[in-house]
Amino acid sequence: MNHHSTIEPSTDARTLAQSHFRTPRLGTPFQPRIDALGLQQDWYNWAGYRAPHSLWDEELEYFAIRSQAALFDISPMTKYRIEGPDAEAYLDRVTLRDVTKLRPGRVHYTAWCDDEGFVLDDGTLFRLSPTRFRLCSQERHLPWLLDSAIGYEVSVEEETEAVAGLALQGPTSFAVLRDAGFAGVERLRVFDLAEFAHDGATVTISRTGFTGDLGYELFVPADKALSLWDRLMAAGELRGIRAIGYTALNRARLEAGLIVANADFTTAEHAIRADRLRMPDEIGLGFMIDPEKGHFNGRRAILEARAKKKLRHVLVGLEIEGNIPAEHAIVYYKKSQEVGLVSAAIWSPMAKRNIALASLQRPYGDAIVDDLWVEIYAMRELQYQKLMKKAKIVPRPFIKLDRRTANPPADF
Amino acid sequence: MKAWDAIVIGGGHNGLVNACYLQRAGLDVLVVEKNDWVGGAATSRELTPGFLYSNCSYVCSLFRPEIMRDLELPRFGLQVISYEGGAVFTRDGDYLANYRDHDAHRREFARFSRRDAEAYDRYSRDVTRQCRFIQPLLMRTAPDPTSFRPRDLGELLYLGRKFAGLTAEEMALTLRFWTMSISDFLDEYFETDVIKANFALSGIIGTALGPMSPGTAYVLLHHYMGEVDGSVGAWGYARGGMGAVTKALAASFRASGGTIRTGAEVDHVLIRNGKARGVVLSGGEEVYGKLVVSNADVKRTFLKLVEEKELPDIFLRRVRNFKIRGSSGKVNIALDSLPEFPALPKDSPVYRADMHFTDSIERMERAYDDWKAGRWSADPFLDMMIPTTLDPTMAPPGKHFMSCFVQYAPPKINGRDWTDADRDGFAESVISQIAQYSPGFRDRIVHMEVRTPREIEAEVGLTEGNIFQGELTFDQLLFNRPVPGYAQYRSPLSGLYMCGSSTHPGGGVMGAPGRNAAAEILRDLAKPTPHMSPAHDVI
Repeated sequence: MNHHSTIEPSTDARTLAQSHFRTPRLGTPFQPRIDALGLQQDWYNWAGYRAPHSLWDEELEYFAIRSQAALFDISPMTKYRIEGPDAEAYLDRVTLRDVTKLRPGRVHYTAWCDDEGFVLDDGTLFRLSPTRFRLCSQERHLPWLLDSAIGYEVSVEEETEAVAGLALQGPTSFAVLRDAGFAGVERLRVFDLAEFAHDGATVTISRTGFTGDLGYELFVPADKALSLWDRLMAAGELRGIRAIGYTALNRARLEAGLIVANADFTTAEHAIRADRLRMPDEIGLGFMIDPEKGHFNGRRAILEARAKKKLRHVLVGLEIEGNIPAEHAIVYYKKSQEVGLVSAAIWSPMAKRNIALASLQRPYGDAIVDDLWVEIYAMRELQYQKLMKKAKIVPRPFIKLDRRTANPPADF
Repeated sequence: MKAWDAIVIGGGHNGLVNACYLQRAGLDVLVVEKNDWVGGAATSRELTPGFLYSNCSYVCSLFRPEIMRDLELPRFGLQVISYEGGAVFTRDGDYLANYRDHDAHRREFARFSRRDAEAYDRYSRDVTRQCRFIQPLLMRTAPDPTSFRPRDLGELLYLGRKFAGLTAEEMALTLRFWTMSISDFLDEYFETDVIKANFALSGIIGTALGPMSPGTAYVLLHHYMGEVDGSVGAWGYARGGMGAVTKALAASFRASGGTIRTGAEVDHVLIRNGKARGVVLSGGEEVYGKLVVSNADVKRTFLKLVEEKELPDIFLRRVRNFKIRGSSGKVNIALDSLPEFPALPKDSPVYRADMHFTDSIERMERAYDDWKAGRWSADPFLDMMIPTTLDPTMAPPGKHFMSCFVQYAPPKINGRDWTDADRDGFAESVISQIAQYSPGFRDRIVHMEVRTPREIEAEVGLTEGNIFQGELTFDQLLFNRPVPGYAQYRSPLSGLYMCGSSTHPGGGVMGAPGRNAAAEILRDLAKPTPHMSPAHDVI
């Protein structure tokens, strides 16, 4: 190389993208609307985006989910576009559930594992056409998805920034969509999806959500995000639509008994400590495994662990006496033997019960389900009030709302 | 005539750490240092008025926090400041930065490869797992696998248990990691050249190996297992330059009653009846001590300071063959203003980070080719930084100290000694590389100190100018460092101990060799060590 020349700064697209360092927390395509409503200025970092814990009042935001319609920005969720003649076979190989049974226009909740059978993540798989899918997840997986694609005629593209997403959840969510003019939305049954015209583009609406309530998720090209927001807000004005933050959504998801990656379990690519890895059966996702469907990543290890009874953990729903949330409490057997940890807990307004998700070491939670206790350290005015409370294993979801699955959906 | 309880040869950081722990155990300790200042390879020197140079080591991460605490170094002025991640400039006028923010880091990598951007988490997980395995070993004496003493068996068992605690996959990875090349290791995670170059640099620093040489993956680990106040893998500046580390150590030592003699070069160790009795200074003065601890590297200690006839021949042969090849030099520059890098936005945090210009593994390997041929690299690899962007104590306001670590520089040029003309040519290769990316750079230079392996050996006393007192290859680590059978800081001679970076766990301004050696000496003296903290937990 020539040591005497000077290297000129380049001006290509890659170089222009340098300026991202000035905005480590990106706004989502909905940010102008959310900022205007974010009275609390209570932001957190969701995968590099500035996302609200709460916008105006975290308690009342929760009740908006359960009484009216709540709008929650899910744009930071990682999204992959997976397309090609082999897309179905490829996804059937990568993910746990049987993708050949997932018809175009349907969505299912699934998970995927590494070759040792440890869960890399859970997420939702949208079948947009016979050969086109969208995979949504908490963490990022591009190297894994690309490496797994070797030998398949399929393309995998990360489209997190290009696609904006909204969850519209709550009893009036259907009425809001209908009034917004999405004709035919009444035909969507739970886990159905369909495409609708919006602002010269297409919005994909699915009857899915993270609240256990009647609800929908909408995906739209990023440049149509604001017009979609405005369309929903205008239509929802008379039906109590409100924007909400994550704290409210988190309560609703716990009532629905749903788990969150890297909150209720540690994903395999992030687990530094080898004993933190979890197989699907250890976090309540055993129902996804279909031993009949042919090979999928992790199959051998998972079936072997089942056969040799090597599964060490189990994730359970707990109902705890009293009303003090048991977040991150230790679970005991006979009040003395440590057998697990609560990963999330709230007082459930809908169930009027003190509920929790916990990971227990088998056989506790599996063969032994009685005499379980949680020790709650409740900090009150600079003193721990230590409570030993009885915990009962209960099925999830903690609440079941008929309106979630009613067909046709009701107005409220 | 007075006999000191212990004489430490060399006032580098390990010698001082060792001396501090011995003095605090109640011994009467003398440190003898050939230079007129203490510090060894951790110094801050005012070589031109107003500018302090970290003229040898230049950044801090590996220095063990347990030692800082035990020896009260903050009380004696030690402060370590974390800095930004760093950047590699690319030849097409762009750069790749490492940002401390996880998402900014991912977006930066995604400018070059979305795949590599998302591969970072797995890479980081795997390296962290390896660091967690090795970290607890730093502050322990390596077991002697040929010994059947209970404590060696205990230590072996500890090692074995730690190893057995790994999953089969991790075990395999550990064995590969300790022996494979950094280039091969990175190929398993990344596809983009500049991203691989960005990580590979930690695998070659201070090592006479190229990124494609087996063993360089471990060298990367060696640079990742440090911390700044609990942030593992982070690097920082010692406020006031690296001399702040040894200045604080010297002050701590003196405050506990220790004695330092500078300008006192040891000619040889005084040996009578196979036992070290003290040292003879170059003027002929004899200084007596009940034991002698050498902070000098293993070659200097046993090939220059001890008469060969006193040593067993297998030991001698192994010491002669100990790999301590010089591979790097240092260019320290005083600048009258902050250099500009047109590729960098003016508000970029990279100005406060380490900067590099080698944007591919191949260029690094080519630079190594020059070393093999007995030349300094025509297109060298630089680890360059401007500590004065964060540390106001090292230069007048608006002026700056720039530290350039330069690789590769062979210990000899085509088999002959370095000349002043060689040194100037070496410096020119560095300055012209920087000037390529920073127009007008030459005009900002007020003063410059150029250190080839010749100067480093002559002034600091590091054989061949090797910054680690011996290469960090697997055959020279743990119970094989420096040589088999002598990895526990003792030597074939009664009363003569080693405490430099030639011993476990190696170099990098860690202090652990000095501390571990003190623990062994105090064990031999049957002295309790309540003043010595155990290694911090890795949980």
